[in-house]
Amino acid sequence: MLNIPIKDHFRETRLFNARLSIIGIVVITLILALLARLVYLQVFAHRHYETLSQANRVKPVPIQPPRGMIFDRNGVILAQNYPVYTLEIIPEQVDDMNALLEELGRVVNLNEADLKNFRKLLRERPQFENIVLRSHLTEEEAARLAVKRPYFNGVELEARLRRHYPLAGLGVHFLGYVGRINEQELEKIDKTSYRGVDYIGKLGIEASYEKQLLGQVGVEKVETNAHGRSLRILERISPVAGKNLILNIDAKLQALAEQALGKRRGAVIALNPATGAVLAFASTPVYDPNPFIKGIDPDSYQTLTNDPDKPLINRGINGQYAPGSTIKAFLGLAALELDGFEPDAPIVCPGWFTLPPNSHVFRDWKKAGHGAVNLHDAVVQSCDVYFYKLAVAMDIDGIKRFLAPFGFGSKTGVDLMNENEGFLPSREWRAARGEKWYPGETVVSGIGQGPILATPLQLASATSALANQGIRMKPQLVHAIVDAKTQAVREIATEAFTPIPLKDKRHLATQIQNLTDAVHTNKGTAYGIGHNALYKIAGKTGTAQVKSVPQGQTYSEKTTPERLRDHALFVSFAPADEPKVAVAVVVENGGHGSSAAAPIARKIMDYVVLGKITATPPVAAPLQENIE
Amino acid sequence: MNDNKTSVFNNDQRAIDMNWERMHLDKSMFFALVSLAMISLFVVYSASAADLDATLNHLMRLMIGFTVLFVVAQIRPENLERWSPYIFIGGMILLIAVLAIGVIGKGAQRWLYLGFIKFQPAEIMKLAVPMMLSWYLARNILPPTLLRLVTAFIMMAIPTYMIIKQPDLGTALLVFSAGIFVLFLAGMRWRIIILLLVGVAVAAPFAWNYLHDYQRQRVLTLINPEADPLGSGYHTIQSMIAVGSGGVYGKGWLNSSQAHLDYLPESSTDFIFAVFAEEFGLIGSLLLVVIYAIIVTRGILIAYLAKDTYTRLLAGSLSLTFFFYFFVNMGMVTGILPIVGIPLPIMSYGGSSIVTVMAGLGILMSIQTHRKITE
Repeated sequence: MLNIPIKDHFRETRLFNARLSIIGIVVITLILALLARLVYLQVFAHRHYETLSQANRVKPVPIQPPRGMIFDRNGVILAQNYPVYTLEIIPEQVDDMNALLEELGRVVNLNEADLKNFRKLLRERPQFENIVLRSHLTEEEAARLAVKRPYFNGVELEARLRRHYPLAGLGVHFLGYVGRINEQELEKIDKTSYRGVDYIGKLGIEASYEKQLLGQVGVEKVETNAHGRSLRILERISPVAGKNLILNIDAKLQALAEQALGKRRGAVIALNPATGAVLAFASTPVYDPNPFIKGIDPDSYQTLTNDPDKPLINRGINGQYAPGSTIKAFLGLAALELDGFEPDAPIVCPGWFTLPPNSHVFRDWKKAGHGAVNLHDAVVQSCDVYFYKLAVAMDIDGIKRFLAPFGFGSKTGVDLMNENEGFLPSREWRAARGEKWYPGETVVSGIGQGPILATPLQLASATSALANQGIRMKPQLVHAIVDAKTQAVREIATEAFTPIPLKDKRHLATQIQNLTDAVHTNKGTAYGIGHNALYKIAGKTGTAQVKSVPQGQTYSEKTTPERLRDHALFVSFAPADEPKVAVAVVVENGGHGSSAAAPIARKIMDYVVLGKITATPPVAAPLQENIE
Repeated sequence: MNDNKTSVFNNDQRAIDMNWERMHLDKSMFFALVSLAMISLFVVYSASAADLDATLNHLMRLMIGFTVLFVVAQIRPENLERWSPYIFIGGMILLIAVLAIGVIGKGAQRWLYLGFIKFQPAEIMKLAVPMMLSWYLARNILPPTLLRLVTAFIMMAIPTYMIIKQPDLGTALLVFSAGIFVLFLAGMRWRIIILLLVGVAVAAPFAWNYLHDYQRQRVLTLINPEADPLGSGYHTIQSMIAVGSGGVYGKGWLNSSQAHLDYLPESSTDFIFAVFAEEFGLIGSLLLVVIYAIIVTRGILIAYLAKDTYTRLLAGSLSLTFFFYFFVNMGMVTGILPIVGIPLPIMSYGGSSIVTVMAGLGILMSIQTHRKITE
């Protein structure tokens, strides 16, 4: 203070005090502003921030409902769920992904495919979502991971339910499978009902009963910290398990049918004529659906699609075949119903037929001809000439009118998706395409050749109409839907189509007798399966041409390449007087219906009528198969 | 001087006050500080997720702080004035040392390791700059001449620049503002102030380029925190959520979900007020602001009552710096100011700032109590 020059003490004080007052005013203003801000945040905007705080804290985590199980009529499990441990990663919580993957590689076994798949998902999925790195961890791996997990950020060990088909390929075509929801499906589904669910029914019953099998997603309100780690569960709404399905299918019969077809391509459909219940629905070759759940690897998929036997095709509803002589089982009834047609009057079958003025020769399968035959003989011996004449008498439009009520040319309504309609030709159809219907086409329609096509299920369904007094029942794979929790069973009501219009009910009995004689009399084409049967079978063989034989030549099975050989067909039901089962069998390129198809039908009928088991029981596929 | 306040007290009260003055403590400021310290223990305990060690650590720092306050309060203002240039020069040497070590170590450097203790020289400058400027300006007639003003400005600008270089924007801001407060109180002419403000406005775009990316981001965030809610706006939003969700009555002690679930950054240091506001609501926040306001008001009053130029300028600057401290911190927590690393004095856990703050308040108490005794 010694070196202070002369100061105007009063003036300095006044100046300082003035400055201090300004500061005081500024300080008061700012404090008031701060208080106003606090009042705004904590009183006026409180509700808003309270909500944000809750949203911060509470994360709804969807809980996947267990998918409904699928059983056969005797309780054999066809589709089930089993828990697998999956190693999942939440990318946004990972600082150094490469380092993490390397570390994890030391804890669990990670192969190239896992890493490749993961990196693909990593690019596609949002960063906050769990991405599966490895599924199907072994118990040991899961335990190791559980111990190490606290040292990793963004790593989750989850127990998830995976679908499994214990009988592997058995009945794969009607059962179908589930797979990961793809992008097209993602656009169609209601996303809230699929939260936390990554699988959806792709084919078969898994697809057509998706709604019932899915169940309801549950939710856990989980308190999470800023790092996304779950701390505790605040509230839980349990998921509702999907409904279980009990099928009409008998797994043992299904196995029998598939084994009877063996390595051959074909289809076997067995229905209960009274209810429409599908007892067996075989389409061969089969394939194992289990790899499709995880996403089948491209090589295996290529192998399946390139297989000339086309295992992926569901022959039961998508295979469309010329019915061949099996059509006579129905047209025989038409003959009885047709006005001015005398079924008892014999005609002479010389082994060929022409339709004047055309010179085209329509051959009978029996070169020498059947001689004098009436309707009974024509059905029993499968005389082609007789049915050529009948077809001409009925005309193609008459044939269509008569066959349509049997379900030809329209969907059977079975509880599967993407069923084919087969085909029932008509003049109208031809005209619509601007073409002419040739009389010769009417002729061959009489023996189930030409444009007419039917699926094996249609054949079985039409046959069941004969067996069930002219009433065709809608084929039904699922018998009942069972609530997994209450075990309440809801049976699916059977549905009947409009009865086949018949002028006289006795005509049906007559035709059934004709069909029974075709199996049980020594002239019958199916006598091979009838001569030693302990019950009566009504049936009709069929042999459908794959490649037309040129005029003047004869068909020889030995010289024809395998894929161009005739399809063997057989439709039947048994017992003839009190039918329990209607069976349609198609064996592709099998040759004769009598030798290739009828014995298969016989095995089915033996099982249903006599309880005779002629096949090894289906073997459960081990879960291990599912791993890779 | 014009102090007739004591006359309203009765004799007993006067005797007690005399005891306070003998100890060179300002009673109301001291009580405000003690209540802050006690509150801070509870809040640190909650914000550190019930970490008793952290709380005890904080208690120890507080005790060191109070000791420093007590010791500093005993130093006569004349001595402080005389030591001012030496403290400033010492502080500058340490700052240069830190920078030099930083250059050698190829990295940012704030700390000096003096054997057993970690020490941040920038902290000293929070006190050394206002002391130096007060000393310098008090030597001559006020308002200061332009030359002296420019000299004073350079004196504060150099350490500020060096602290920015560390980089420690928060401390630099505090050091710089402490200096500006002295200049303002010393009667820097309005036209110079206006000129300076215009200069700042013009220089702002250039300074903008000079800022680190994260510093720019913080300023931008303030303008619109929702623009990048998961990026730079995240801290501001989470902090506002904490304060806002506290409501009027608060969620209750230990119930700050924002802090306990790690949504709040630096919950026990820079953002401790958010934890407090969430747990104790508007009522608690108001109480806390009032306690801080009491300390500031008391400081301004001490400046008003101070007997000479040096103590006036210093007391005014220290009080304003204290205000600046808590206002910038609370402004940052409530989202009206950008995020700068300035802790809430006394409340925030850790750091060496508590010692500086307490020393500053000790100087205020010294100014107040020695004035009375010498009278």
